[in-house]
Amino acid sequence: MANGTGNGRPGLRDRLSDAADHVRQSQVWSSIFRPGSPFRAGYSDSPRNRSYVIMNNVLYHLHPVKVKRHGVRLSYTLCLGGLSFFLFILLTITGIFLMFYYRPTSPAAYIDIQALSTDVAFGQIVRNMHRWGAHAMVLTVFLHMARVFYHGAYKPPREFNWMVGVILLLLTLLLSFTGYLLPWDQLAIWAVTVGSNMAAYVPVFGDQVTFTLIGGVQITPDTLLRWYVLHVLFLPFIIVVFMAVHFWRVRKDGGISGPL
Amino acid sequence: MAEIPEHILRRTAEARAKAEGRDVEEVLAELKGESPPEPRAEEPAAAETPPAPAETAGLPESILRRSAEARAKAEGRDVEEVLAEMKGEPAPAAAPPPAAPAPEPAPVAEAGAPVAAAAPAGEPSRDLQAESATYGVPVDLLRRAAVARARHDGIAAPAFTGEGAPAAAPAAATPGAAPAAAAPAAAPVIPEGVRTQRLLTVVKAGAIQQVKAEPHDKVNVWPHLLAIEFVALMACTALLVVFSAFVDAPLLEFANFNDQPNPSKAPWYFLGLQEMLSYFDPQVAGVTIPGLGLAGLAIIPYIDRNPSVRPSDRKLAIMIFSFFLFASAILTIYGSFFRGPGFNFTYPWIDGVFFDF
Repeated sequence: MANGTGNGRPGLRDRLSDAADHVRQSQVWSSIFRPGSPFRAGYSDSPRNRSYVIMNNVLYHLHPVKVKRHGVRLSYTLCLGGLSFFLFILLTITGIFLMFYYRPTSPAAYIDIQALSTDVAFGQIVRNMHRWGAHAMVLTVFLHMARVFYHGAYKPPREFNWMVGVILLLLTLLLSFTGYLLPWDQLAIWAVTVGSNMAAYVPVFGDQVTFTLIGGVQITPDTLLRWYVLHVLFLPFIIVVFMAVHFWRVRKDGGISGPL
Repeated sequence: MAEIPEHILRRTAEARAKAEGRDVEEVLAELKGESPPEPRAEEPAAAETPPAPAETAGLPESILRRSAEARAKAEGRDVEEVLAEMKGEPAPAAAPPPAAPAPEPAPVAEAGAPVAAAAPAGEPSRDLQAESATYGVPVDLLRRAAVARARHDGIAAPAFTGEGAPAAAPAAATPGAAPAAAAPAAAPVIPEGVRTQRLLTVVKAGAIQQVKAEPHDKVNVWPHLLAIEFVALMACTALLVVFSAFVDAPLLEFANFNDQPNPSKAPWYFLGLQEMLSYFDPQVAGVTIPGLGLAGLAIIPYIDRNPSVRPSDRKLAIMIFSFFLFASAILTIYGSFFRGPGFNFTYPWIDGVFFDF
């Protein structure tokens, strides 16, 4: 056997590739990776398999099997919608990490945030990623909206999806705003005070809106708990529903809009 | 000649025309002059037998047998008997070349021109019957096809007709004297010039929906789009990780409701609104403008009815949208960087930045 070692016995590399083949041909492996998966044994690059990669994969199923060629051009979409979604996923992952170390009560919240920077492994960088990612997501959603407008992509049959997009923008802002309070420091409570004071000017129901929003007549630790639940459960749930509709409509409305 | 079918007349005329070197139509007209042609080939097969033996010499056994079968069927006799009869009388004159299969016009024509046209004529007519039985094609269609081919070949037409028509032979041999043309099997014969197809319906060109799939220039999502997306995600993640590694998220002092910082600013995406608060009544800046802004944003598709997506066609829409876009951007930047203590105007490069992310 030509393995380079010259001693006629299978070398390490051969054994490793044999083992890999064994694993890839095992029942367990082929039950996980459906036909057409590039990870499956015997995958070949054919049009049929390229279709299967999309059709037989739960994640890639967001996409159709084929898209218009111009839609692939980075200069057309700038990937803004996709990046918004990806940032949402990143924020979910980092947010879950942060939830392990955070208590939404008055002194504890601040202490926990401090502990993230000092005691928790990777705590600081994960918190940074969560914060910067949140700002970036507001930015990408906003830019995505501008991109869609300039391409006229809201025109029939995509009017409704534009409205869903506006709701998603609003939900993104609310998610960011509710998260703003959670560190429970001077920046948090006063920024939220300024922001939520505006709600008091809502005609007729101003006081009721404010009361509902902050759980009292002014910001208190109760507000913290309320916004925490909004931030980690309620709003993500709503936004996921709207995102599902948004992505579904993109495909139903004929995929990405045409070139200019 | 009262009831001689048209095709027999024509064949007769063709044979005679060839023999006498005259024009077919002329002869036909002459023949018709004495007889109105009405085509019905339901004739008894009485006079059929005599010419048959003439053809048998040198014919392959299979063809002979086929002929015998057809004739036997037509006459209600035993096949073997007919076959024996055909074989028993060797015909001296004008046997067509043996290899000729039934509907081959040329050899027959050559062999049988003057007199013996009769001989080949009877045989193929039965052959058509057999073919019809074999292939399930009506005899008249076979005949028409053969005639058409003969006509296409030109010269072969006269002798060939005998082959095509079921009741052929005797008429050609003895034009005037053989009224009973004796088709072995009575096949409906369509006269020349009579159309056999019927008009069922007329489908107008526009009545059928023309579905034309527009050719889209498409590419597979895997690998083309997914590869790009993967790179974008990796780049995004890398950027975020690196940025987060070097820039920490702000964390000020513990919340103190008795110590309002000066200035207090909302999150950056609300700073445009906060900026407007210094110009307008809170009722306007805090509620009306953002409310109308959001609603207006949502109903853009229903206001902008212009179907075109080309920028040159939608200058007004782009102008209006860009105006609001830049206005909000300017307000946000202004509120973020140019507002200091008391939310008064400052230059960030002189008094510093009063802004936290």
